[in-house]
Amino acid sequence: MNKNLDRREAIIAEANKLRWELGENLHDILMENIYENATEIAKKAVKYPDKKLAFSFDRQLDKILTSKYLGFPIMFLMLGIVFWLTIQGANYPSSLLSELLVDKFHPLLKDFAVSINLPWWLTGVLVDGAYLAMAWVVSVMLPPMAIFFPLYTLLEDFGYLPRVAFNMDPLYKKVGAHGRQALTMAMGFGCNAAGVIATRVIDSPRERLIAIITNNFSLCNGRWPTQILIATVFIGSAVPAYLAGLVSAAAVVFIAILGIAFSLLVSWFLSRTMLKGEASAFSLELPPYRPPRILQTLYTSLIDRTIFVLWRAIVFAVPAGMLIWLVANLNIDGVSLANHFIRIVNPVAFIFGLNGVIFLAYIIAIPANEIVIPTILMLTVANLGIQGVGAGSGVLFELESANDVAAILQAGGWNLLTGINLMLFSLLHNPCSTTIFTIYKETKSLKWTLVSTFLPIVMGLTVTFFVTQIWRLLVN
Amino acid sequence: MNFNTDNCANCPAHNLSNLKKLGIDMSSYDYVVALAGNPNTGKSTVFNYLTGLKQHTGNWPGKTVTRAEGGFEYNGKKFKLVDLPGTYSLLSTSVDEEVARDFILFGQPDVTVIVIDATRVERNLNLVLQILEITDRVVICLNLMDEARRNAIEVDARTLSKELGVPVVPAAARQGEGMNELLKYIYDVATGAYICKPYRIKSKSKEMNEAIDKLSKAIQAEFPDLPNTRWVALRLLEGDQTIIDAIRNGELGNLQQQKILQLEESN
Repeated sequence: MNKNLDRREAIIAEANKLRWELGENLHDILMENIYENATEIAKKAVKYPDKKLAFSFDRQLDKILTSKYLGFPIMFLMLGIVFWLTIQGANYPSSLLSELLVDKFHPLLKDFAVSINLPWWLTGVLVDGAYLAMAWVVSVMLPPMAIFFPLYTLLEDFGYLPRVAFNMDPLYKKVGAHGRQALTMAMGFGCNAAGVIATRVIDSPRERLIAIITNNFSLCNGRWPTQILIATVFIGSAVPAYLAGLVSAAAVVFIAILGIAFSLLVSWFLSRTMLKGEASAFSLELPPYRPPRILQTLYTSLIDRTIFVLWRAIVFAVPAGMLIWLVANLNIDGVSLANHFIRIVNPVAFIFGLNGVIFLAYIIAIPANEIVIPTILMLTVANLGIQGVGAGSGVLFELESANDVAAILQAGGWNLLTGINLMLFSLLHNPCSTTIFTIYKETKSLKWTLVSTFLPIVMGLTVTFFVTQIWRLLVN
Repeated sequence: MNFNTDNCANCPAHNLSNLKKLGIDMSSYDYVVALAGNPNTGKSTVFNYLTGLKQHTGNWPGKTVTRAEGGFEYNGKKFKLVDLPGTYSLLSTSVDEEVARDFILFGQPDVTVIVIDATRVERNLNLVLQILEITDRVVICLNLMDEARRNAIEVDARTLSKELGVPVVPAAARQGEGMNELLKYIYDVATGAYICKPYRIKSKSKEMNEAIDKLSKAIQAEFPDLPNTRWVALRLLEGDQTIIDAIRNGELGNLQQQKILQLEESN
């Protein structure tokens, strides 16, 4: 045994001696050797074209897309086009689906429940709660997702996203964050949980934390449809009809840019206070442009993203729908739980230009941002029902107009200010529970998880507060 | 007359019918295959092609930060395929690169497929040379040949293969080009029908070469089961504390087993 030990120590001693002899910069020598060997082999096996005609197309395109002056305008324009197509395209299928699932199928299902003598409360929980929430999720979320995700994936497949990161990189460096944060931010536009995991590409723990905390400011899968819908309903309708699509798209782009601005601002704040330090250098590789594979993109973005996100929404919508029905129908002193909450919170919410329904919806929708809008719709209807406007508690009344959403929300006392504030609050509020859990898993720190959760809420309330106060000063 | 009935099975033209995409079914596999390579060279595309899975691929570096696993069956043998995060080197310290390094080093895949970008061969070779130091059972997938052609870059796969001592398969995974040959070589290397003679990093510094030889011999004598003594010697020379500790308490032999367990847990 001792002999063993001696032999091992001898190996280590030998290594130390050799290291001493070879000198300090051993790592550099080694890397140099590897590079030299690679160059030698490549020289034998690879023949480059005489003229640098290669890459010329890519280079030209890069010059435009990452140019100092055109880079950002093109970026905003691309985003704008994607949203405009989504808004224009989603309108019709959305109303078709809601007519089918909510207006036609829901009463049928209810009649069926009555015909088989289901107890009223079970009909309520299953048909008016679970089914209806699911129906709303499908009709409200499916069409924008089915258009938005393929378009976004095409841009990604083509190689545009790294150019966005390239454009953003100097800004992130200026605020003391890692340039790769631009990449993780772009990933957050898909899903914040994925964006948080993607921060693993950042090797400095300080900069990685900043990237994790600020990832929530990238609008995610679950929030795009909320933005698009509310922009269409409130901002689009505030301008002449021929401008509606354009202006709503611009509004969504504005919110997305605002999110980027906030991520820069918070990064700057963190790297000056709690997470002090200098930005570290790194190299960002711009991949070549690749012709997007249209059919495959359509397929994978439908299966991967649309169906995945929709499924997630449905899975969360079913129990949420049951919960909504219960809080809307369990009474204390003749008033439903939901109504108690809404009544108590309404005066507070008024200060922020929001309402009790929105607050309650955001609590119910903590597991998934996708169900915020359906929850708001059902709660609004439930709340109205009690005031004698609708057909009954937690049951959506039938609307003849195709614009169910607009009609319901306006009946619930919403105005342009509520719409704007909801868009802002949807950008600035706590991450969904999946993301919160991911943040905890990645940071292993309760403190930073809490910071990432509550910081956006505080910011959201601050922003909506000022917007509301200024709005009321100006409008009144 | 002696008819060799195996000829048909060996002909690449017939091989595609021998591929069975098993998706996430990885039960009772015969071989483990790792997919390594620089970021954005198409590892995930190759992965999806072979397993039939639809892991999201995107045209940007760093798409995969954790490993994805899937299975396929070829010529009656079952393979578990592990898609590793893209790395430029195995010598650095960020989390995503560690995942790749630890798996190749300690997971001991039967075959490591290195996907390289035909338009950036030289830079991709840095990683190839490092992996060849760790394992000699390697197949190189010379991917993105379509882009190389578009840019009039000629890559001679045969010369490359001769230089590196491992099979090199020209491919365009997005179009499915070269996938049959890739499968054939994975199978051959896994079963031992193809013996690789991997290129070893040559240093101009004589002292360096001697130091590595000397150390790796000493390590070999102490830990005879260790497959990659040259790499351990290199790390030792660089003063890697985990390796020093592992040698001191004799855990280098066990380190492998522990690391595999850790890898299993972390996933």
